[in-house]
Amino acid sequence: MKQLVRMFVAVFVVAFALMYGVHLLNSSEGYAGSNTLTIYNWGDYIDPDLITEFEKESGLKVIYQTFDSNEAMMTKIEQGGTTFDVSVPSEYAISKMKEENLLLPIDHSKLPNLAHIDERFLNLSFDPDNEYSIPYFWGTVGIVYNPSMLDGWQIKSWNDLWDPRLRNQILLVDGAREVIGFGLNSLHYSLNDTEEAHLQEAKNKLSTLTPNVKAIVGDEIKMLLANEEAAVGVVWSGDASEIMGENENLDYVVPEEGSNLWFDNMVIPKTARNIEGAYKFMNFMLDPEHAAQNAEYVGYSTPNKDALALLPEDISGDERFYPAPELTEKLEVYRNLGKRMLAHYNELFLEFKMHRK
Amino acid sequence: MSVKSRNLYLIPYAAWIVLFVVAPIALIVYYSLFDIEGNFTFSNYSDFFTPVYMRMTLSSFWYAFLITAFSLLIAYPAAYLLTRTKHKQLWLLLIILPSWINLLLKAYAFLGLFGTYGIVNAALDTLGIGRQQILFTDFSFVFVSVYIFIPFMILPVFNALEKMNPSLIDASRDLGASAWTTFQRVVFPLTVNGVKAGCQAVFIPALSLFMITRLIAGNRVITLGTAIEQHFLVTQDWGMGATIAVFLVVIMALIMVLTGNRRKREVSR
Repeated sequence: MKQLVRMFVAVFVVAFALMYGVHLLNSSEGYAGSNTLTIYNWGDYIDPDLITEFEKESGLKVIYQTFDSNEAMMTKIEQGGTTFDVSVPSEYAISKMKEENLLLPIDHSKLPNLAHIDERFLNLSFDPDNEYSIPYFWGTVGIVYNPSMLDGWQIKSWNDLWDPRLRNQILLVDGAREVIGFGLNSLHYSLNDTEEAHLQEAKNKLSTLTPNVKAIVGDEIKMLLANEEAAVGVVWSGDASEIMGENENLDYVVPEEGSNLWFDNMVIPKTARNIEGAYKFMNFMLDPEHAAQNAEYVGYSTPNKDALALLPEDISGDERFYPAPELTEKLEVYRNLGKRMLAHYNELFLEFKMHRK
Repeated sequence: MSVKSRNLYLIPYAAWIVLFVVAPIALIVYYSLFDIEGNFTFSNYSDFFTPVYMRMTLSSFWYAFLITAFSLLIAYPAAYLLTRTKHKQLWLLLIILPSWINLLLKAYAFLGLFGTYGIVNAALDTLGIGRQQILFTDFSFVFVSVYIFIPFMILPVFNALEKMNPSLIDASRDLGASAWTTFQRVVFPLTVNGVKAGCQAVFIPALSLFMITRLIAGNRVITLGTAIEQHFLVTQDWGMGATIAVFLVVIMALIMVLTGNRRKREVSR
């Protein structure tokens, strides 16, 4: 009994010592409740130097947390108990979060740098008048491929993926909307199609793709493609530019049948504690110089027209990542299909994944 | 110690069980009774018996079975050898050491090792066998899972072997039993509880593996664990996710009962 008590006391003493230690470390680094700003962003989606610069400029301490899917991010914010001040969801997630009252309206007068954003990216259907969200990046979904592994073959369309030459050569990103979406696109249907017959047709077509699919993976896809583990990958444009930065052999194409055009916008979740800080941060990121630096680092396309002018010609003139407006008109933005349809998309995707060779 | 004070000491334990075992399971059962729009329904349970989930259940079982079988196949002789070595504790420590490293880190390491241009393929290439696809196959999935679970199999088997009185083996050999008979009739029956504990410790978590199915098997292996993760995080169909979890809990409970100690029968035999 005495030993037991002694052990308990020891455990408590150690626990409190650790807690005090953490507190001491935090306050010595300047983290003290009111002067922190918590940013909840996609992994690898900001130049870390910009965070340091922002901390210096604003005197705030940034706590940076990451997520890897809109759904995971929404679940976390919905559950509460979080104090994210800024987050960066994609367009369909924004309209969903708006519906569920998870966002705070944005006061444009506190964001003078908003003037630098290209009109094309403002006042879009998912958030009229940008009442709740401010553009951060935009991009497409397409195919990254390695011509040197394919005898110089230039892939152009989604239907090329079904070519028998690509047997066991395709890596797919683990996303239901992306995969079912290109299945629909390859049949010239809209990627927001909700008609059951079309969806079944797309699923049946996708299941014939199975022999060509090597794996369905997450963020590892970048490393695997750069290491030439497979010749072809279906990825987001920014991932493609990152992969191409690591391996010069690769090329990226937005398939001719059409594809997804997406926007990631900054929002203030309703759980925010430091709203002033959130505005400061957003305004900081909207500054053309910062936006250009960020775009060069991350590789996605910036909606900031003055930042675009600052970028080197070989980035801003690259049609693969900055397609002309007449091209982007052919692309579709994901609509929020509602919970039930999203569940159905996932069910189909799960069935596709279960299809064995 | 009086009954009253004994009951007093039981409070933390009871509170723990109620808060962290009973309540979560009750919540899972509760959630499983609602569909995606929050209406009360039993449809999740009937949905579970559709071909998609049945196939998933079967494949989860099949892989969990393979993983357990291979773990046992490797762990038993290894544990036996361990009991014969001089520095038992040191060897045991070395075997347990990898389980202190984060699972994800180990999985990423295998991505590098097994890749087309990884060390393993480079070795195969120099041996003249040529590069093979190792990553994203059933083989790599079972191999990595066995590697991860093996310490949990070795420990209970090792403990059972340690507890066994070595003079029993001598006695068996003196009485004319061959080495195989000795193992079959003396060593194995005396360590069967360790084997059971090890199998439980491997089979049950193997049934709901999910990170490795994506990283190592490239989603070519779909288990119930993957489906639960999808339903909670992506689809937000908590009802279906909870339903699968309920079935897993039931299946695991059944396994515990079936592999539990059945001393009575062993004695009467």
